[in-house]
Amino acid sequence: MEWIDIGAVGDVPPRGSRVVATAMGDIAVFKTAAGRVFALWDKCPHKGGPLSQGIVHGDSVTCPLHNWVIGLESGEVRGPDQGCARKVEIRLDLGRVLMPGHVLRPQAA
Amino acid sequence: MKKKLVIVGNGMAPGRMLEHLLELSCDDFDVTIFNAEPRVNYNRLMLSPVLSGEKTYEDIITHGDDWYAERGIALHKGRKIENIDCAAKTVSAADGTLASYDKLVIATGSVPFVIPVPGHQLPGVVTYRDLDDVEKMLAAATPGAKAVVIGGGLLGLEAAAGLKMRGMDVTVVHLMPTLMERQLDAPAAHLLEQEFERRHISIRTKSNTHSILGESKVTGLKLEDGTELPCELVVMAVGIRPSTALAKASGITVNRGIVVNDQMLTSDPDIFALGECAEHRGSVYGLVAPLYEMARTIAEVLVGKQAAYSGSVMSTKLKVTGVDLFSGGDFAEAKDREEIVLRDASRGVYKRLVIQGNKIIGVVLYGDTADGPWFFDKLKKGEDISEDRDMLIFGQAYAGGTPLDPTAAVAALPPDAEICGCNGICKSKITDAIAAKELTSIDDVRAHTKASASCGSCTGLVEKLLVLSLGDGYQPNAVQPMCKCTDLGHADVRRLIVAKQIKSIPALMQELEWQTSCGCAKCRPALNYYLLAEWPGEYQDDNQSRFINERVHANIQKDGTYSVVPRMWGGVTSARELRAIADVADKFSIPTVKVTGGQRIDLLGVKKEDLPAVWSDLNAAGMVSGAAYAKGLRTVKTCVGSEWCRFGTQDSTGLGIKLEKLMWGSWTPAKVKLAVSGCPRNCAEATCKDIGVICVDSGYDIHFAGAAGLDIKGTELLCHVNTEEEAIEMIEALTQLYREQGHYLERIYKWAKRVGIGSIRQNIVEDSDKRRACLERFQYAQTFLQVDPWAERVAGKDAHEFAPMRAFPLAMAAE
Repeated sequence: MEWIDIGAVGDVPPRGSRVVATAMGDIAVFKTAAGRVFALWDKCPHKGGPLSQGIVHGDSVTCPLHNWVIGLESGEVRGPDQGCARKVEIRLDLGRVLMPGHVLRPQAA
Repeated sequence: MKKKLVIVGNGMAPGRMLEHLLELSCDDFDVTIFNAEPRVNYNRLMLSPVLSGEKTYEDIITHGDDWYAERGIALHKGRKIENIDCAAKTVSAADGTLASYDKLVIATGSVPFVIPVPGHQLPGVVTYRDLDDVEKMLAAATPGAKAVVIGGGLLGLEAAAGLKMRGMDVTVVHLMPTLMERQLDAPAAHLLEQEFERRHISIRTKSNTHSILGESKVTGLKLEDGTELPCELVVMAVGIRPSTALAKASGITVNRGIVVNDQMLTSDPDIFALGECAEHRGSVYGLVAPLYEMARTIAEVLVGKQAAYSGSVMSTKLKVTGVDLFSGGDFAEAKDREEIVLRDASRGVYKRLVIQGNKIIGVVLYGDTADGPWFFDKLKKGEDISEDRDMLIFGQAYAGGTPLDPTAAVAALPPDAEICGCNGICKSKITDAIAAKELTSIDDVRAHTKASASCGSCTGLVEKLLVLSLGDGYQPNAVQPMCKCTDLGHADVRRLIVAKQIKSIPALMQELEWQTSCGCAKCRPALNYYLLAEWPGEYQDDNQSRFINERVHANIQKDGTYSVVPRMWGGVTSARELRAIADVADKFSIPTVKVTGGQRIDLLGVKKEDLPAVWSDLNAAGMVSGAAYAKGLRTVKTCVGSEWCRFGTQDSTGLGIKLEKLMWGSWTPAKVKLAVSGCPRNCAEATCKDIGVICVDSGYDIHFAGAAGLDIKGTELLCHVNTEEEAIEMIEALTQLYREQGHYLERIYKWAKRVGIGSIRQNIVEDSDKRRACLERFQYAQTFLQVDPWAERVAGKDAHEFAPMRAFPLAMAAE
């Protein structure tokens, strides 16, 4: 599998997020206070809100539109609500964040 | 015949390896050691006490010359190996010494990383690695001289503390936001930073070195932000790089370090690599525990045992006298992990265990590290802790015991035990008052005894005394906690911020014993506001604790685009402004332009990455952010007043503009909307606003606490004043009182209901001293807040917010 370098871990602010723009829509890359990095498609399972714009706390993000809380590791919704944001696999290598090439550059059928 | 074992390097790892080897077999090997350093084996970990003067070099020698002689080991000090001939199985030193081997151990260690900034070669720039470095530092360490340490990791902090003990004036410059970020979580790092500040070692985080200044020697250090720190000594402690040049030149496989398998063998089956130069399963280690484990493995493999090194979990202790800090394992957060946090603010203790599947996988301890090894042992053994879980965090002393009843502990206190330190109130005074005056609540006790009325940190003890005295008769009045991270309510938090002089979110979470490590989306924005409101000019706004709208100064819409509302002072605009708005709408294809209820214009559907450019154009036409997104001053709605209206009694438009110009930029607990009507017909609808003014012939009626949203409520009359100046003064003072007393997200009408209209009138109208004090605090805060956030971002602030990390163009998909 081809892995593409999308930037440095240091480019994402702790307790924050950045997006990677793709033809399929944005991917949100999160970094927790503890320095863990996760990636989810930037769409809340509730009403498609941009999760990248939420407040990151612990290993969760709160969607800015209606305050759904999403677990960063699995993309699953926490608390009473149900749903799951789509997860994007990442790899970390020497301080760089890598994503699978087929996710970033899908081939036309 | 004995086999020939040659070791290149004589650091701690090979020293330990030899000890193991000699234990296992004395006679199998002829050992020869080449060491580039002209010394015997010493304990590098103890360099910091040598630097601080707590130990001498002799104290830290592990193996003296005799040790080698007694064991028949040939030690070549000061001879650097320059070549390995793997085919002939020989090594040769710089001076021509040649040695052949059957087995070779490369233990070349690592070299300190030197940041190649301008000036890095000047005399006075040192690294921190060996005794030579320590000697160079000591030579420069005259009392009162200034030193800058680059790097707030383990070594950098030890160096800083050591130099400080030698009387130097020390500053630590650290690139990351928190100290020792690889070993500590943010709360523990914060405590550490406080401790260093207490020792008058100044810490600058998020600081990047631009250059080292000086002609013939160091005279200072310049940071990226332009700050210059004068100094005579610069210590670089920014990390290490495995020394692999020798191995690489000899054709041995090298990645980041010298690649070894689980037997610590390199790509050559007769050559081992050991210590900081080795790379095992992708990891390079810089701490001593894993190096010792590697050393044991090599010794066992050498004598033909089945041995394998399988990587290490590491723990760290900072060797600075008086700082107790322990960390080990993995303490990051994740979904299937839980944490147990214990904070004892009065003792400065923070303990955090990270639990996964009933096992400890991470430990961070600060202030009390006695149980560090005990926790770490459980971690390494993977012990199931479900049995002891309730008492686990209290450590070994309480392990397996029955949980202590905290009320019983308070009952056992003698009558003269001090409960409230602030006011010097002892236990019997409180219990007597409860009995004599039939007190039933914390507030009663505070009113009658003053206990817990100051800083409030004894509130828990006083509550337990109420329980003891009243039994079930005590009903703690249920304070709604701020969120699940704490038991404290908003009022307690605000009071404690003042009482304890808390000035940052990490400090607050430690002092007030937060139950999560970094809060949640509910408490963080509230805390950020409270600190901002309490410490104008001092508190550093925490962007990541703000809701997105306040972080990017625009309003997020359902599709993820933003809306932009420029200020229109008092609702008055001009042809030039309108033209600029129209141009912006065209230029950025903004789909919707709408007039708002607050008398201004909303541009809806702006793409996030366009925001700075949109603002730039609006700024150019003289417009600033309307703060339509803020828990802060929003709009001042006006009618045309005496300027045009045949019924107008005063210049309501003019007053509205004045108020808006004085009050914009202010952050408040919730949004604040004002209106000024020029006559009682009230065309500006001032009587349903947070604060409203109705102009009359004799002056100004000032109203407040109206609502026209979820609730509909007419305003209350605060007072009548005769002049415009008095009206402005009242309104600013009222706003400040609200800023200081309001709970986060509590609009003015709810605040007024909670504290009482009477108390507000008392503070603002009747007591002119209090009014003046409020007014002054408001005006002082405004000196820091009236900066246009749009212009700041046009100038480049928070640029990362508005640009994707990386973009993959659409065209790629269509190929």
